[in-house]
Amino acid sequence: MRLRAVRPNPAGLAIVHEPGSATLRRPRAEESLDPIELERFERTVLPHMRAAYNLARWLARSDHDAEDVVQEACLRAFRFFGGFRGGDAKAWLLTIVRNTSYSAWHRVGTAGTTVPLDEDTPDVEDGAPGPEDLLLQKASGQEVREALDALPVEFREVVVLRELEGLSYKEIAEVTQLPIGTVMSRLARARARLRRELRERLQRGPS
Amino acid sequence: MSCGDPVSRHLEAYFDGELDLVRSLEMERHLSECEACSATLRSHRALRSALAHPSLYHEGPNGLESRVRTELRKPSKDTKSVARVGWRWRAIAASLPVIATVAWALVAIPRAPSDEQLVSQEVVSAHVRSLMAEHLTDVASSDRHTVKPWFNGKLDFSPEVKDLAGDGYPLVGGRLDYIGGRGAVALVYRRGNHPINVFIWPETDAGGDGEGSVRGYNVVRWRRAGMRYWAVSDLNLPELRELARDLQR
Repeated sequence: MRLRAVRPNPAGLAIVHEPGSATLRRPRAEESLDPIELERFERTVLPHMRAAYNLARWLARSDHDAEDVVQEACLRAFRFFGGFRGGDAKAWLLTIVRNTSYSAWHRVGTAGTTVPLDEDTPDVEDGAPGPEDLLLQKASGQEVREALDALPVEFREVVVLRELEGLSYKEIAEVTQLPIGTVMSRLARARARLRRELRERLQRGPS
Repeated sequence: MSCGDPVSRHLEAYFDGELDLVRSLEMERHLSECEACSATLRSHRALRSALAHPSLYHEGPNGLESRVRTELRKPSKDTKSVARVGWRWRAIAASLPVIATVAWALVAIPRAPSDEQLVSQEVVSAHVRSLMAEHLTDVASSDRHTVKPWFNGKLDFSPEVKDLAGDGYPLVGGRLDYIGGRGAVALVYRRGNHPINVFIWPETDAGGDGEGSVRGYNVVRWRRAGMRYWAVSDLNLPELRELARDLQR
C-alpha cells in the first residue's frame, strides 16, 4: 500500500485565531454528521476534556464561563477536525480552548485583563529565586491559587500549561502561538512574579 | 542568583527537562560544583511542589463531557457563538438515555481506516522535531555496542542495532522517542548530509510494508522479527529503500 501525502490543514485554526470571529463558515452536523468522524473525534480529542476545563477555568476564573468556553471549544474543534491529522491532540484542543477564551473576552469587552508585556526586560527583582523559597512549599493550596490567579493572564497561562498540564516548551509554543524563546522567557518571568506574589502572601500571614 | 557561568543560562530548561542528554550531563557537572545554581534549582523545585497542590487543578462539573457529546450530535440551527446562548441542561438530561444508546451504537462502528496515515504523520513529525530541537541523538555513537545497551532499562524491548557504515549509511546514534502513544527507539543514520531516523517499536497491529512521501519527507516502513520499522528522511526514496533493505538483511 502506498502512503498518500496528507494535504495540509486547510482551515485549521486560522479561523479561530481571528479575534471575535465566532461565525463559523464550515457546515456542520445535520447535513453531514459523519459517525465515523464523530467517533474518531470523541476517541482522539475528548480524553483531553479534563485539561480543557482546567485551562479554561484558570483563564476565565469563573466556573460558569469556563464551562461555556469548553463546550464552545469542543464544538469548534469538531468543526475543524477535518484539518487535524494526527499529532498532539491535547495541545491542539488546548489551542482552541485558549482562542475561544480570548474571543469570548473580546466579545464581552473584557480584554483589559491582559497587560502589555515587554518580553526583553527581565524583571528579576520581581521574585528571584532565593533560599527562603523552601518556605513556599508550606503555602496552602488556597494561597497558591490566589497568587496564581493574581498573575496577568499571559503569565498565568504558561504556568498552568507547564506546571499543571505538564506541557513541553514546544507544546506551550503551539498552544500560545509564540516562539519557543518567548515561551522560555515568559515562563521565567511568570515564575518570578508568582514567587513574589506568594512571598507577599506568606509574609502577610493567614488572612 | 546567577553564577555567571554560561552553563547557568540553561538551568531553567534543565529544571523543565528540556535539555538534551549532553547538555544535561554538562549541567549536572556544573551543579555539583556551583552552590548558587544548586540553590536556584532548589527554589524552582520548591515553587513546583507548591503548585502541585491537588486543589489547584480545576475539575470540570459532572456531566460536562456527556453534555458536550450531546451537543456534538445536535443539529445546529445557529452557527453563531454558543457561549452566551445558554444551554438547556434539563432538556438535555432528559434525553440522555437516547443519546447513550446512540453513542454506544457509534462506538461499535469500526475505526476509520487511516491508522497507518496517522502513524506516518506522527513519525514524520518526530523526525522534523528531532531536527528542529537539535536533539537528534541522546546517545551519540557510531558504535552499535554503545548504542544498544544505552536503551536498556529505558524501554520494555531491545532493538536490533546495526551499523551500516560499510554500506554508506553510518550510524550516528540513538534516541528515545514517543510514537503512537508508546515509547519507541529512534536510530539515527546519515547518508551524506541527510539524517535518517529509523523508528522501531514492537508490532501491535497488522500494518503492512509500504513507502511513500509525507510533507516532503520520504518514508519506508516494514516489519521484522515482531517489530515495526519506519525510516524517515529527506533522502531520495531509492537510497532510503536501500537502507531499509540493508537493515532487513
